[in-house]
Amino acid sequence: MGETIAILTIFVLAVFVGFEVITKVPPILHTPLMSGSNAISGITIIGAILSAGTQYSTLTTVLGTAAVVFATINVVGGYLVTNRMLDMFKRKE
Amino acid sequence: MSPDLVRFAYLVAASLFVFGLKGLSHPRTAVRGNRLSALGMFIAIVVTLIDQQIVRFEFIVAGIVLGGAIGAIWALKVPMTAMPQFVGLCNGFGGGASVLVAGAAYVEAALRSADTISMQFGIATMASGLIGGVTFWGSLIAFGKLQGIVSEKAVRFTGDHVLKGLFLLAALAAGVLVILQPENTLYFWIMVAIASVLGILLVVPIGGADMPVVIALLNSYSGMAAAATGFVLSNNVLIISGSLVGASGFILTSIMCKAMNRSLANVMFAGVGGDSGGDDAGPADDLYEGKVKSTTAEEVAMVLDSARRVVFVPGYGMAVAQAQHAVRDLANKLEADGIEVEFAIHPVAGRMPGHMNVLLAEADVPYDRLKEMDEANTGFEQTDVTIVIGANDVVNPLARDAADTPLTGMPILNVDKSRTVVVIKRSLSPGFAGIPNPLFAADNCLMLFADGKDAVQELTAAVNEI
Repeated sequence: MGETIAILTIFVLAVFVGFEVITKVPPILHTPLMSGSNAISGITIIGAILSAGTQYSTLTTVLGTAAVVFATINVVGGYLVTNRMLDMFKRKE
Repeated sequence: MSPDLVRFAYLVAASLFVFGLKGLSHPRTAVRGNRLSALGMFIAIVVTLIDQQIVRFEFIVAGIVLGGAIGAIWALKVPMTAMPQFVGLCNGFGGGASVLVAGAAYVEAALRSADTISMQFGIATMASGLIGGVTFWGSLIAFGKLQGIVSEKAVRFTGDHVLKGLFLLAALAAGVLVILQPENTLYFWIMVAIASVLGILLVVPIGGADMPVVIALLNSYSGMAAAATGFVLSNNVLIISGSLVGASGFILTSIMCKAMNRSLANVMFAGVGGDSGGDDAGPADDLYEGKVKSTTAEEVAMVLDSARRVVFVPGYGMAVAQAQHAVRDLANKLEADGIEVEFAIHPVAGRMPGHMNVLLAEADVPYDRLKEMDEANTGFEQTDVTIVIGANDVVNPLARDAADTPLTGMPILNVDKSRTVVVIKRSLSPGFAGIPNPLFAADNCLMLFADGKDAVQELTAAVNEI
């Protein structure tokens, strides 16, 4: 139970940090915010890597490998597209 | 590497994500922020790869190469007008990955020793499977609607709310069985299957113009699914990242709802934009009869010639007509003639939060010319000409002046306050809300009936000739 409370604490505090940081993002950057946060949610890739690599059973390996593909699309696609968009905003200083 | 070092590296990664999002508070710092965030992701992936539990790398490498290639090609090729679909589909992949990871961890735990599965593990697995399933399939439908594969209309049928309720209850019941009988993994997949159907049922009845809310909400869901998976794995970096994304999507959702003066429940369940509205032009004829003034590019050019301040109001129609570059050319020409030019952007213009800003940025319009609704509304009274291109409901004065219309109470851009309004539009057809727009019949309004891009190009040519 102790551990559950500990990670619940982290969860709640992270939500507060999220609200605090995101409310400062101006509307003109809302699309890059969405694609950028999509890339961040690709962090599930680390769980996917462990499932795909530990070879516990065929099923977990298949699930893990599929998850690696999905999460990598999110990570690579998300960061690249966000970079592409933000470059357009930056270009004309 | 010791587990503590790995956890420390994850902490560094999570901090970099926060710094990255903080960078998005200004266009100047945003590129750097995005790179910091990507660096955090890189660190997290590298320390995970050197984890001792990993016995074989073939599948990981294959997955990363395949996913990386798809993601990279897609991200570099996708046109800016298709950004809503891109983000929509990415939300889905995020949700899908969360379900798969939670599923794999759960299957492994159940095979190892189902007796030791904790309450936290069970509840988190249920949450991840439920939210992730809804997110994946809901996002696919949203993508289909934006791409034109699935009907953009709000598709409703009798008893659809009851059906959704039943599916939700069934998914929750299956979820409870996952917690109570963790040794039977079949319940998990049944739950995911029910949640998948629920995701489809939830998004199908939502109309195209409400997509900004749906995309933002699914963005929030994908974050929550990742956070839930973090609880499954007891992994802090997943929990932190998932919470950040969940909060981000939630904030965007509430901004979008506020910009339409509608509750989230109304957007999700009222089915606005169905077949009931639309082509019924009865009352519209009375409103428009004899009052609508059709104009030509030459006439508008004459009006612009004497203008000192011009505001452009883009809407989804500009994206459809791919007119952003043509608009930029016209704006540049007007500025070269010494006219003050601004762009007024309504929060829900387009199909996703910030859609218009991205298109105009792509066309090299400087970001300091893009004005948010509140700021833009202070300037219309001093504006000589407002050019509305492909927007309708967001400039409909009924939202402000009339009671009992579908738009009533929605904050609008008060373009009717400017001296002259030029509306570039193909016809007098109503906007998404299905009601006529008295702006088109107003004394100071000129209608330029044409395709958005052609009209703006003709306009630029006409201005050049003066």
